Amino acid sequence: MKPNDVILQTVTKVVTFIILTFAVYLFLAGHHEPGGGFIGGLVITSGLTLLYLAFDIESVRQGVPVDFKIVAAVGVFIAVATGMGSLLFDSPFLSQTYGYYNLPIFGETELATAVLFDLGVALAVVGTGVTIILSISGDA
Amino acid sequence: MHLLYFTLLVPFIMALLVPLLYKYVPRIHTGWFVLVVPIGIFLYMIELIPMIAKGKILVSSVPWIPSLGINYSVYVDGLALIFGLLISGIGALVVLYSVYYMSKKREALHNFYVYLLIFMGAMLGVVFSDNIIVLYMFWELTSIASFLLIAYWYQRKQSRYGAQKSLVITIFGGLALLAGLILLSVMTNTYSIREIITADLRGHQLFLPAMLLILIGAFTKSAQFPFHIWLPDAMEAPTPISAYLHSATMVKAGIYLVARFTPVFGGTIEWFWLVTGTGIITLLWGSFSAVKQNDLKAMLAFSTISQLGLIICLLGIGSSLYVTTAVFAALFHLINHSTFKGCLFMVVGIVDHETGTRDIRKLGGLMSLMPITFTLMIIGSFSMAGLPPFNGFLSKELFFTGVLEASKLNMYYLDTWGIVLPILAWIASIFTFIYSMILVLKTFTGKYKLSKYEIKVHEAPLGMLISPMFLAILILLFFFFPNTIANNLLQPAMSAILPGLLDGVGIENNIKIWHGWTTEVFMTLGVVVVGMLLYASLNKWSWIYEYLPAKMSFNYLYDRGLVGMEKLASQITKKYMTGIVRDYLLYIFIFFVLVVGGSLVLLNNFTYHPADNGSVSAYEVVLMLVIIGAAVLVMLTKSRLTAVIGLGVIGFVVAIFFVIFRAPDLALTQLVVETVTVALFMLCFYHLPELGKETEGAGFRTANLIVSLGVGIVVTLVAISAQSNALFDSISSFYEDSYQLAGARNIVNAILVDFRGFDTMLEILVLTIAGFGVYSLIKLPLHRRNNR
Repeated sequence: MKPNDVILQTVTKVVTFIILTFAVYLFLAGHHEPGGGFIGGLVITSGLTLLYLAFDIESVRQGVPVDFKIVAAVGVFIAVATGMGSLLFDSPFLSQTYGYYNLPIFGETELATAVLFDLGVALAVVGTGVTIILSISGDA
Repeated sequence: MHLLYFTLLVPFIMALLVPLLYKYVPRIHTGWFVLVVPIGIFLYMIELIPMIAKGKILVSSVPWIPSLGINYSVYVDGLALIFGLLISGIGALVVLYSVYYMSKKREALHNFYVYLLIFMGAMLGVVFSDNIIVLYMFWELTSIASFLLIAYWYQRKQSRYGAQKSLVITIFGGLALLAGLILLSVMTNTYSIREIITADLRGHQLFLPAMLLILIGAFTKSAQFPFHIWLPDAMEAPTPISAYLHSATMVKAGIYLVARFTPVFGGTIEWFWLVTGTGIITLLWGSFSAVKQNDLKAMLAFSTISQLGLIICLLGIGSSLYVTTAVFAALFHLINHSTFKGCLFMVVGIVDHETGTRDIRKLGGLMSLMPITFTLMIIGSFSMAGLPPFNGFLSKELFFTGVLEASKLNMYYLDTWGIVLPILAWIASIFTFIYSMILVLKTFTGKYKLSKYEIKVHEAPLGMLISPMFLAILILLFFFFPNTIANNLLQPAMSAILPGLLDGVGIENNIKIWHGWTTEVFMTLGVVVVGMLLYASLNKWSWIYEYLPAKMSFNYLYDRGLVGMEKLASQITKKYMTGIVRDYLLYIFIFFVLVVGGSLVLLNNFTYHPADNGSVSAYEVVLMLVIIGAAVLVMLTKSRLTAVIGLGVIGFVVAIFFVIFRAPDLALTQLVVETVTVALFMLCFYHLPELGKETEGAGFRTANLIVSLGVGIVVTLVAISAQSNALFDSISSFYEDSYQLAGARNIVNAILVDFRGFDTMLEILVLTIAGFGVYSLIKLPLHRRNNR
């Protein structure tokens, strides 16, 4: 008989959003505050892991229909592609640049290509982390 | 390109064509096509004789690797020409002989002639090369061609054994030779033999090593004591090959080398005694061992060894520059030996071919059945024994003259030890006489017993007899007209060996067939008389061979050495390649401690400047104590679970350290990563099999303790020294402007994604590969598929 996980599941439903929001914050704040792609990716992974713990793998897979191996590959691809992109502007590989723009809602905002690179890092971390956890737990 | 180059390359070109001829012209024996090559070369060499006899030399060069100073330079003087004539002349006769000896139907003739032609080309390359690197290249090519030829009948175990043995020994010598040649080029700064000869090297510190190494090369190739053991085993080759390689040409490559380098090394006491001593020992040992052989070819092999020793001995005596007769005798005997030994090998090949055996215990009474072969055998053997009217008599007389003159010299300790030389030479000549007699008498005289032979015995076909007949005629011609070759060939060769002595003035070396009642004549008479007596009483004293050789065989040593080396190597490998990872880690750590710790101690590099250090806060002390406690717990605990938790404690304390040392990014990452790691440890722990679970303490071993303490201490000392030795300021001030440079206030992140983003890119690649690795290890269990 399956034990009743109702408290865990209820708490998870709330906490996951907090964790994921925190992760997005860490990711976006990385440029100026502690955080960044790596730690952001790890926190997303931990949030997903909490989901897997509270529910079973199949349910989460239905809710989050993503193959995380592809996520990891896409992450590496984005990281390399941002590097290659700088070649188009006649700069050395992986040159980053930034600028300040006046966006409608945010006001004056700094946009940096480094964030794109960081996005690649974050996706690679999430993809790899979840792939490892899923394969090991799937084998158990 | 000079015509000479074409001549030297023709054998290689022909070697390329032979397989085609063999395949597309099967009706004609391939040997006939090959025969053209040595005859052509021989005629070209003959044509060079008048020019060389006038004292001129032929020099030419084509670039090969000019940037390294390596050119294919050729150089024809008297010495090279003698060898060139021998190689092409005997080569032509051997090819002719092989046409009748090697069956067209049964033998893989294309292999045979390709190897033979490669050998011929390589041998010509050796004697005509002026560049020592080119010489070495051809030298090794002769070894390889000889290896292929010895193992021509590769189905036989003995052939393979002989080929391997000769390869091991001659390549050993060849590598020594290479080292010697390189030393020479280091000393003289040139690769050209002519330029090396003109340089005066005596007294140079590399002079003696170069001499020894080159002599090892020459002695192994020329089957000198104690490297002679490969030659008797090389007799597994087809007889034309034995006649060509192992009596007339390849084994003389060492003699060529000794003669060629006499101007460089000669005139020193080391060279004199090394060359002379080795030669005379080989002469004695070879002739002594030849008598006990039962196989005709083995007997000839030992006889070759001893005759080569004789030539080497004469070259050594001649190097003193006072006994020029010796050099003359050496060159003369070189030619004579090629004629009579080639003849004898071919005759033995005929006997083998026509009777089916080479064992003298089975042979006998063939005189009336094979009269021509018998005559040829007599000519060859008597020449070898040194009897008139054959050319061996002349060279033996000259040999005795040489050793007698040497024994009267007043240098190199010859006034005391000199008397040994003629005595040893005389004893060796007696043995030579005995085996020469055995060769003739045991094979051809006595009773003919039909039952002993497996096939019907009859005289050989004419084609097979042409070559030995030709050589027999030469044997006689050289006896009656010795001065023709002496003036045309030997004089220019002597001036090549002894250049300083004979500048312009040709010394008179007229060979007289009869020169009065001299000591040499009495020595020869003594050889004949004592030899006949000993031959007659052979049965009475041959028992000494039963005792001596078993204990004094270098074959035994070689075989045991080979087995021993293999055993030793495998034992050593088994000793340290245990297959246990723990042992390998031990080697790595011990090596690390010895090298790093050793250099720290030997170079006296340890420094410690406490003044440069920051102050220590109470937080740090407490956290440090916690870490130490956890580490000790991990080491001493008897349960895995405790160890995993202990490691987790260490990880979290490290995260707090990051907080204290103001590294928020690191602290965050460390916290999450540590959590994941502990979770993974727990997972592994959960999956460990029940059986063989090691819940007791990690087997405590003193060695491990010492090594781990060593590693810890060394790393600590190195870290302290490095910290105290900061040689220049940090470059981190550059990154402090990250907001201007990269638009980022977080320096750590700016470094990771902008300043040094390349590392990060590769790190996520590593991470992804690790993830896919885990996935494929778990999802693709190949062993299960195999078990199905």
